[in-house]
Amino acid sequence: MRPEEGTIQSRARAIEAVLGLLTDQPVIICNGFPSREAFKLADRPTHFYMIGSMGVAPAIGLGVALAKPDKKVIVLDGDGNVLMGMGTLATVGALKPKNFIHVVLDNEVYGSTGNQPTLSRVVRLDQVAKAAGYVRVERVREREDLVYELKDMLGKDGPSFLLVKVTEQAEDVDRVPLEPIEITHRFKKAIE
Amino acid sequence: MIESDDFVGTLQGIGFNFFTGVPDSILGGIIATLMEQRLYTPAVREDEAVAMAAGAYMAGKVPAVLMQNSGLGTSLNTLISLNLIYQQPCLLLISWRGFQGKDAPEHLVMGQTMTQLLDTVRIPHRTLSEPTAVDDLNWVAQTFMKEHIPVALLIKKGIVKGIQP
Repeated sequence: MRPEEGTIQSRARAIEAVLGLLTDQPVIICNGFPSREAFKLADRPTHFYMIGSMGVAPAIGLGVALAKPDKKVIVLDGDGNVLMGMGTLATVGALKPKNFIHVVLDNEVYGSTGNQPTLSRVVRLDQVAKAAGYVRVERVREREDLVYELKDMLGKDGPSFLLVKVTEQAEDVDRVPLEPIEITHRFKKAIE
Repeated sequence: MIESDDFVGTLQGIGFNFFTGVPDSILGGIIATLMEQRLYTPAVREDEAVAMAAGAYMAGKVPAVLMQNSGLGTSLNTLISLNLIYQQPCLLLISWRGFQGKDAPEHLVMGQTMTQLLDTVRIPHRTLSEPTAVDDLNWVAQTFMKEHIPVALLIKKGIVKGIQP
């Protein structure tokens, strides 16, 4: 495809496009605005919304993927989160779960704490994922490219890594109104 | 001394079927047994390991995480802001480095304060001993099922057989 061409979109529009391609797959969504925006756009019992433990979304997803090899597991992550738990790229790359798709919404800032810059402006996270051993790695900006690449990844063996460059724009969204325990029970039941 | 094979077999008998962690010499025998039986998924950090356990639990597994007590420090935020508040139980098999001040300097503070740290964050814990091993493991299983939170079993040097004969 065309790496990093086209019009950059907001994170919420990117999340909307991702969720639009999914049905009943388990989705782990990182803490901060991504979880809040995903909840507002399309809440499903197969969504696991994180509120803390920044950096471990792919580790949670990996646990699900290893235990449920017949389900494609999607992780919606952020650039700051990946940088915090970068070791997990190595764990995924080494274990190579075929059913693991890591979507990183990269706005190059810590958007939930005041837009302080992250290192993803200078460090290519897609190249890190490639070097770590992810089988499919793509980097996109435009919605059309995001849809094309994610559809492809959903139909093929991974682990896959899709880096989506997005703007700093955040939606006016509340916190996820579900209790953490309720999120666990609902998710556990939905992916049985 | 408890044989690693027996220890792993008992854990499996209770129902544990997902094992991850980061190695420690005290846990070397247990990890070697788990690896031989292809039951072990190695993690690179202890916070990653407890998060993997959380995912595996929600996907129907009964998880155990092995770590040195230094890893308790590394995984503390994930344990309290994921596993505890979301009620995702796992068994923490934690080696007690620095027990009674007899260890390398880096282990001394954690060795001395680990049980207080576990009490402070309200993670139930018990120390494994050979004469009470059956009780200890039954306690682990009961607490795990009742509380739905991480439960720690502390393992001192020389209780479970290591990799050296």
